Amino acid sequence: MNLFHYLDIFYSSGANWSGANGIPQRLWEHVQYTLLALAVATAIGLPIGLVTGHTGRGGNALAFVATAARALPSFGLLVLLTLLMGLGLTPVMVPLVALAVPPILVTSYEAVRSVDRSLVDAARGMGMGPARVLFQVELPVALPLILSGMRSAAVQIVSTATIAAYVAFGGLGRYIVDGLYQENYAKVVGGATLVAGLALLTLGLFWLAARVFVSPGVRRSAR
Amino acid sequence: MGFFTMPSDLQHSYLGLIAWHLQLALIPVLVGLLIAVPVGWLCVRFRWLYAPMLGVTTVFYAIPSLAFFVVLIDWTGQSDTTVMIPLTVYTLVVLIPAIIDGVRSVPEETHAAATAMGFGSARRFLQVDLPIAVPAIVAGLRVATVSSISLVSVGALIGDQGALGNLLEDANLYHRPILAWSSVITTAVLAILIDGLLVLLRRLLTPWAAR
Repeated sequence: MNLFHYLDIFYSSGANWSGANGIPQRLWEHVQYTLLALAVATAIGLPIGLVTGHTGRGGNALAFVATAARALPSFGLLVLLTLLMGLGLTPVMVPLVALAVPPILVTSYEAVRSVDRSLVDAARGMGMGPARVLFQVELPVALPLILSGMRSAAVQIVSTATIAAYVAFGGLGRYIVDGLYQENYAKVVGGATLVAGLALLTLGLFWLAARVFVSPGVRRSAR
Repeated sequence: MGFFTMPSDLQHSYLGLIAWHLQLALIPVLVGLLIAVPVGWLCVRFRWLYAPMLGVTTVFYAIPSLAFFVVLIDWTGQSDTTVMIPLTVYTLVVLIPAIIDGVRSVPEETHAAATAMGFGSARRFLQVDLPIAVPAIVAGLRVATVSSISLVSVGALIGDQGALGNLLEDANLYHRPILAWSSVITTAVLAILIDGLLVLLRRLLTPWAAR
């Protein structure tokens, strides 16, 4: 019984391809959790990171918040919140968002801070106000780093959303958790490869996003 | 059963769980550091290695911890090793780029001065580059350690290999939120304490840095 044998059993079983416990449905649930958590975390982390990076103030407070959020154990938080609030979307989303905010917050702050000061001075000299400096100069130049922060946040969400299955929630983790209880290793290994595949796909999408959205001038100077 | 009194099925005291948790979390970070330093040196010495190395580590990072644990069960069983191997890999993913970026930020003059004093490549790396890169390396170590401490709990899902994470299973089983509070708070406090120790370590190792 090796890994490939398990994979063959899992992927060739017709029951795994349809219905509420089918691969398309579980994959879609997983993608939904990931997108929602990433959207909320970006809505919290990105504006704060951009503004503190732009003004250069609050860096220490930011580092403290990021360290505290990182220290929260995702799995523990998930179980605790589910016990307190019952099964629902909130107990699943809170740990995922807490996990994703620090990388987005810290990298966007660092990214804006590390924009060449002479560029900012030139923009000011051309008569740009603070908002235009931020959105038309600092943001485009900082974009590659900002995207890399969002990328690591997204990959961590994909990987951690798996444990949501432990509290009887959907997503690809269902296969791993159920498989472990049923001692059905084909299911476990199949689920594991699906999550890893989705994480790799996420990496690929961010690579593509960087190619599309980062201005060619910035990309060249980063080389 | 309370915050400090553990259910008997865990077969560990509160302090015993903490010791086990730290062992599962910190040994991988240490092993990761021991591997990352020579790998970092190779990547700096042979520059063409850097891009493929970064690609490989990024792909490894994309493997979810639970999936990684589960796939390893086939080889290492439901044991401490199964938990520690993935954590070591995640440490490498964070530390290798941190070491390389830190070493690359060493000023060219410093490098040239060391070469002029007759330092060979390996000795220059260990005695000049690494000390100057300490802040960057410690920054990487902090991220690796804190995430390692948090991830150990997931080991509870593969057959009670999660130290403080095992408390979460019992919290669910007996419907005792206090056990989950105990697990979450203790894990978070451990992470913050170890993080503080690493900051202290950086200060001790870089006495020349401005306070």
